[in-house]
Amino acid sequence: MQHHHLTASEWDALAKDPEFVALLRARRRFTVPSTIFFLLFYLALPVGIAVAPGFMNRPVLESLTVANLYGFAQFVVALLLLAAYMRKARSFDSRAQALIDRLTADLAAK
Amino acid sequence: MTQATLVMFAIFVAMALVITYWASGRSTSSRGFYTAHREISGVQNGWAIAGDYMSATSFLGITGLIAFYGFDGFMYAIGWLVAYLTVLFLLAEPLRNTGRYTVADVITFRLRGRGVRAIAALTTLIITMFYMVAQMVGAGTLINLLVQRINETLAIVIVGLLMMIYVLFGGMLATTWVQIIKAALLLGTTVGLSLLVLAHFNFSLFALRDAAMSANVDGHPVDLLHTGLFFSGPHGAFDVVSLGLALVLGTAGLPHVLMRFFTVPTARAARISVGWAMGLIAVFYLLITIMGLGAGTIVGQHDIGKHLRDTQALRYIIRHPEQATQLNAELLRNDGYIVPERNSNLAAPILADKLGGPLLTAFVAAVAFATILAVVAGLTIAAASAFAHDIWYSLVRSGAGTEQEHIFVARTAALVVGFGSIFLSVSLRSFNVAFLVGLAFAVAASTNAPALILSLTWRRFSRTGAICGMLAGLISSLALMAISPNVMGDHALFPLRNPGIVSIPLGFIAAILGTLIARDPESEAMFNQLQVRANTGLGAEI
Repeated sequence: MQHHHLTASEWDALAKDPEFVALLRARRRFTVPSTIFFLLFYLALPVGIAVAPGFMNRPVLESLTVANLYGFAQFVVALLLLAAYMRKARSFDSRAQALIDRLTADLAAK
Repeated sequence: MTQATLVMFAIFVAMALVITYWASGRSTSSRGFYTAHREISGVQNGWAIAGDYMSATSFLGITGLIAFYGFDGFMYAIGWLVAYLTVLFLLAEPLRNTGRYTVADVITFRLRGRGVRAIAALTTLIITMFYMVAQMVGAGTLINLLVQRINETLAIVIVGLLMMIYVLFGGMLATTWVQIIKAALLLGTTVGLSLLVLAHFNFSLFALRDAAMSANVDGHPVDLLHTGLFFSGPHGAFDVVSLGLALVLGTAGLPHVLMRFFTVPTARAARISVGWAMGLIAVFYLLITIMGLGAGTIVGQHDIGKHLRDTQALRYIIRHPEQATQLNAELLRNDGYIVPERNSNLAAPILADKLGGPLLTAFVAAVAFATILAVVAGLTIAAASAFAHDIWYSLVRSGAGTEQEHIFVARTAALVVGFGSIFLSVSLRSFNVAFLVGLAFAVAASTNAPALILSLTWRRFSRTGAICGMLAGLISSLALMAISPNVMGDHALFPLRNPGIVSIPLGFIAAILGTLIARDPESEAMFNQLQVRANTGLGAEI
């Protein structure tokens, strides 16, 4: 995996390689919406407590309040997002490896 | 109890020294010293990250905050767990693929400039110093409260010297294994303590909930499940949002956590380590919540603080004659001790005393001590690498110098950082521990986090932008802290305890404005290479 010696134009070519572009796009399609979602989902808790403490402290289930349940939901959502990413990332790994293998073969052929 | 505590302290210290001796032969190169030869597995690194995170602030601090303030304390736990998603989605794998030894290495991967590296090294030093001082001051308080013969200054010196030995001789390898073993011990301790709490309520979560809804605080029932017990007053609302922002983005800028991603062989291992760390931390915080509610209900606020007995109690009463009647009544009611000053940091050890007796307390105290030592060792490596690798090797010597010189400077830096933090901790020992950690998170979220995230994702991001962003974030977070209620009390110029709500947006905005002022073609040209490397692992340091 030693490719420090690639030239600037070779890196640029790789960055435009259709397979790499597709990999990058697939990765972003997951990470960008997920990041935006969890940031909003998380910040809704402190903002909710700040803006509507009455609503957040309303008991809804077995005397547990909206804030309590929403707080525990953060744990569940965080772990679900983690599991989803771990699953998804396996395909990123194999696509990146395929790219590296192809490049190594190309270099060897030269 | 004192003797049992000391014996258990000694056992943990001896265990760590054995690990250090074993690791010392493998830490003789700079790569070995900083990264443990990148031979740590994903699972091992996950435990070590969890160890870094389950610091004294979490174990002692959050237990205490939940015991005293219920749900508001739980807010810290949520923020710290969710924060790992930022690291997972945006940083862990790119960091492994493009980094060498330090956070500054990643930022300067394409923003090649001495100015950028100097400021990135400076922020790393400032963040780790605040974090370290917080841990050491905490250690001082804890040891002094449990073993009264050792005063706070001496306790800080002992922690500082032990930590220096681990780091100097064992490097990253010893630090990692001390961290892993400590994480397992701490998790085991929290499992045991929360089982004892649940047993007290006949293993009924409903009974625990009912008790928490009417906790006895000075004779009044308080509902610990309600919000607003900690973040109260006219600015409480802004404070809770500000803290939330600092917690969720701060982790993405903590050098001692980010540095752990340089110790694994591949990006996949980096990802797996975040997965393990998040799982372990989630379990830990849920258990801490049970412990905190247990301490708030079974023990009660009025009993959480230093217990004074016999002559100590009498001496205190003589020195405070105005409270004598009340204290004498307390002495009778409590069967021979008084708790004149409450200290939420002691919730965990006092809960252990109530549920398991003195031997369990000694064990819990020793685990807390081991925790502090391990976290401080990790921080020292982060600070020493910023000194030795960024400032000395890259800036002063411009990359020249032999391997021997590099490792010598790294060890010297660890020594300097060690003595520096002992000195700082002794002089800052009256500061509130949570305040110092809050500052570290706010600075990290306002400086390193914007610089790292923008550098990895925004092609146009320039050196001017990085310098503007980091400086604006650093100066604003430090300045706002200096005029906050933590320092100025009731007459504070800035009303919030945490500067995050102002300094984090400022850090990002300054970075963006700085970039828009002038183009930086050299840095833009490097973006393609960075992107390919970050996403494929091509040409990653091995």
